[in-house]
Amino acid sequence: MKIADDLPPVLSALDRPNSYIGRSVPRPNMARLMQGRGQFVSDVALPRMAHVAFVRSPYAHARIVAIETGKAKQADGVIAVLTGAELAKVCTPWVGVLSHLKGIKSAPQHAIAVDRVCWCGEAVAAIVAQSRAEAEDAAELVAVEYAELAAVTDPETALDPATLVIHPELGDNLCFERQLDAGEVDAGFAEADAVVETTFLFGRHTGVCLEARAIVADWNRGEQRLTVYQGTQAPHMMQNIFAKHLDLEEHQVRVLTKDVGGSFGIKVHVYADEMATAALSKLLDRPVKFVADRLESFVTDIHARDHRVTAKIGVTKDGRITALEIDDLTGIGPYSVYPRTSAIEANQIVNLVGGPYTCPNYRARTQVVFQNKNVMCQYRAVGHPVACAVTEGLVDLAAREIGMDPVEIRKRNLVADDAYPCASPAGLKFEKLSHHQCLDKIVAMMDYARLRSEQESLRKQGVHRGIGFASFIEVTNPSAAFYGVGGAHITSQDGATVRLDAQGAIQVHSGVTEQGQGAEAVMAQCVATAFGISIDQVRVITGDTDNTPYGGGTWASRAAGIGGEAGWQAGKALRQNVLAIAGIILQAEPASLDISAGVVVDADTGRERISVSDVARVAYYRPDTLPPDFQAELVVTRHYVPKAWPFAFTNGVQASYLEVDVETGFVTLLNHWVIEDCGTVINPQLVDEQIRGGVVQGIGAALFEHCLYDEAGQLLNGNLADYLVPMAAEMPDIAVGHVVSPTSDSELGAKGAGEAGTAGAPGAVMNAINDALAPFDTQVTAMPFTPERILKALGRV
Amino acid sequence: MNTHLCEISLTVNGEPVRAQVAARRSLVDFLREDLGLTGSHIGCEQGFCGACTIRVDGQIVRGCLMLAVQCEGAQVETIEGVSDSGEIADLQDAFERRNALQCGYCTPGMLLSAAQLLGRGGVPSRQAIREHLAGNYCRCTGYHAIIDAIEATARARAGEEK
Repeated sequence: MKIADDLPPVLSALDRPNSYIGRSVPRPNMARLMQGRGQFVSDVALPRMAHVAFVRSPYAHARIVAIETGKAKQADGVIAVLTGAELAKVCTPWVGVLSHLKGIKSAPQHAIAVDRVCWCGEAVAAIVAQSRAEAEDAAELVAVEYAELAAVTDPETALDPATLVIHPELGDNLCFERQLDAGEVDAGFAEADAVVETTFLFGRHTGVCLEARAIVADWNRGEQRLTVYQGTQAPHMMQNIFAKHLDLEEHQVRVLTKDVGGSFGIKVHVYADEMATAALSKLLDRPVKFVADRLESFVTDIHARDHRVTAKIGVTKDGRITALEIDDLTGIGPYSVYPRTSAIEANQIVNLVGGPYTCPNYRARTQVVFQNKNVMCQYRAVGHPVACAVTEGLVDLAAREIGMDPVEIRKRNLVADDAYPCASPAGLKFEKLSHHQCLDKIVAMMDYARLRSEQESLRKQGVHRGIGFASFIEVTNPSAAFYGVGGAHITSQDGATVRLDAQGAIQVHSGVTEQGQGAEAVMAQCVATAFGISIDQVRVITGDTDNTPYGGGTWASRAAGIGGEAGWQAGKALRQNVLAIAGIILQAEPASLDISAGVVVDADTGRERISVSDVARVAYYRPDTLPPDFQAELVVTRHYVPKAWPFAFTNGVQASYLEVDVETGFVTLLNHWVIEDCGTVINPQLVDEQIRGGVVQGIGAALFEHCLYDEAGQLLNGNLADYLVPMAAEMPDIAVGHVVSPTSDSELGAKGAGEAGTAGAPGAVMNAINDALAPFDTQVTAMPFTPERILKALGRV
Repeated sequence: MNTHLCEISLTVNGEPVRAQVAARRSLVDFLREDLGLTGSHIGCEQGFCGACTIRVDGQIVRGCLMLAVQCEGAQVETIEGVSDSGEIADLQDAFERRNALQCGYCTPGMLLSAAQLLGRGGVPSRQAIREHLAGNYCRCTGYHAIIDAIEATARARAGEEK
């Protein structure tokens, strides 16, 4: 195994002679992926496997009058055609609510629509055939008669008495509402020298995983077991859900997740078509495969953001923020998504606005309303990009109003680095953050003074460049406070089982999952370091509910901080067990021994005594040579869940430098910098690449990505020609640096790093654009910042 | 239904292949489903994302926009073939050192596109590399690491120290 040399190692307090913590170890799964030897669900083919295609509603809201399936059933290759009512006999509906979100409500959702469709793209019939092509051919022969209903598509009027209520039994179109009033908000605004108010808009966008959602469900009647090959982030959660809704016990369901072609939060939810595929397998007694095509992905993969936030900030002449107030409105789909709900993003926005700052006076309201559009739910950085852009946009507006530099106003208001532990006005608990260190570091890294002078001289030549900052906080390592306390069967703990094989190598089975972020590499680093063995002797297995400890999977930046700690503890425990055997063999006190590079050594001198492989050989093949009252244990499981803190908050700051062409409205990104603090950095290269990838997803939201709906609830740009994603040519290089404030909740001290990039980038880009537009005394606050919107702000169109 | 079968003969990764294919079968479906060459991926089926990039007679094409029947007599090379031949071993090594892939779904197409650029020789600028990859979508990396890996390979091939 090579150690990547592109990045210098970060020294860590955990360094041992054979430590991999803080080193850029390459991921073990890269070679096969580069050779076309990946094992994506799209690639899975099983004996007797059939393929399903869905007939989907062309209307956003309609009653299903009749479905004629006779012709489709006669088509070539067709095995079965089923409607919602037929499928409902084997798959029970679900309701996406959690008890800790007070007052949240939603309606039962079926795997296939029964009697009524509530968004354009909802499935109304399933065609199972020998091939996907034949299933699609037959889908065209299904005749559905609809009676169109009024579509609710404007969040602003969703609660008006004149607006149709999508689910009459709920009484109104309100899914969830929350209000918060902390400190003395009115007094805060009263003492301000300036109060600035504006409205921020965040476009609906989606994850656009390059591999669409894919599932192969295989009900084996002989075994009475359902095996599901699924590109999911949470195999154990899905095991529970398949069992619950298909009338099975959890032990009758095995979920297998190998390579996943991108997830980003898209693949951690329950999708109706995937539940239908599993139900079809059970009905038909054979494997059934569903792979969404790109158009289906756009109309069924969860969307996110779509918030309108009216926001206000009060500030004194000397730059002290005196009060913050927001009013948030978000239009989700017709159902709250199961099982995590569609209220978490709005709830997070209320929690997070103002989070980096000392101002104690904060008032917030959010309303989550139902819409006849595709469903919305948690996507990478959930709520953070919105909360960060609102907060940082307000801070820059306030700075401009009082004529203060944006760095200076942040220095005067960010929570001091020696103020921890402390809590935010919304009640978020911070163990240890480093806003000021991060800000100082980014100012130096980007050579801020030089950029300002460059900006000034270029302005005189009619070139308009802007610099934007965004300080942020980010939720990682969630405890049960996120979902478990609300009644969801989503575990926040995770486990690792380590096994020494007979040649002295280690297998690790982990409950977290690999989505390309490098969880398997991080797990191997933790175990190899804790045990004392070369990392190429450690193989990590994830994504199999039959063979891994019960765990939460990968979401909310938890895999390294939680899964890695479980691996660390398991590696340490296995080390003790090996040293106990070695102590007997060597007639030595185990405490006097250590393991280094796979060899048991004297702890004080490092003198080699016996190899781990020889210890394994004795334990497995010659246990007769060990004392009769001694039993060697070479498999160990350890679990970990954060205990002292509900979440391990991380923090950081991003900066964007860009140029706005005031004639065309085009934005050219010139540079982007990130300083972030995710505690102990286990693998610097993987952390930096998580940050970079996350930043570009945030840039997509700021500049390009938008699911455009018309008034009738039709998605207008559900393809990759019309929905713009960030491509290589438009993206900048991204410089990443770190401040390290480990969490004391775990021995490793690692917090999550998967979402910070996405959290801060949109706010930084927005502030940079508005900095560039400052000479024109205008601003943009509606994402994405398209050329048209920028030209409108400039009064040129 | 458009299920008219055609017989085609072609070479895939150096091996002769003779097959009956539906006239409507795309090249990438043919490779994946009929030949089991699942290294070529499907992302959008509209030619935008580049996940299905395949080399036909020395030129990279979109496997979703070409029909299998158009490949009569053609030399088709996929990621499996160029990996086994060792042709892009240095590029793959650079991708690994630089962690220029995360989920790996775009990677086969990305490597074949990059190989075409590198095949022209010289050391392209970072912006030239970025523009060459403008038809290959990667959601994971943010592209920076991919550009680094391609640039490093170009420099090494040109005999420059990086």
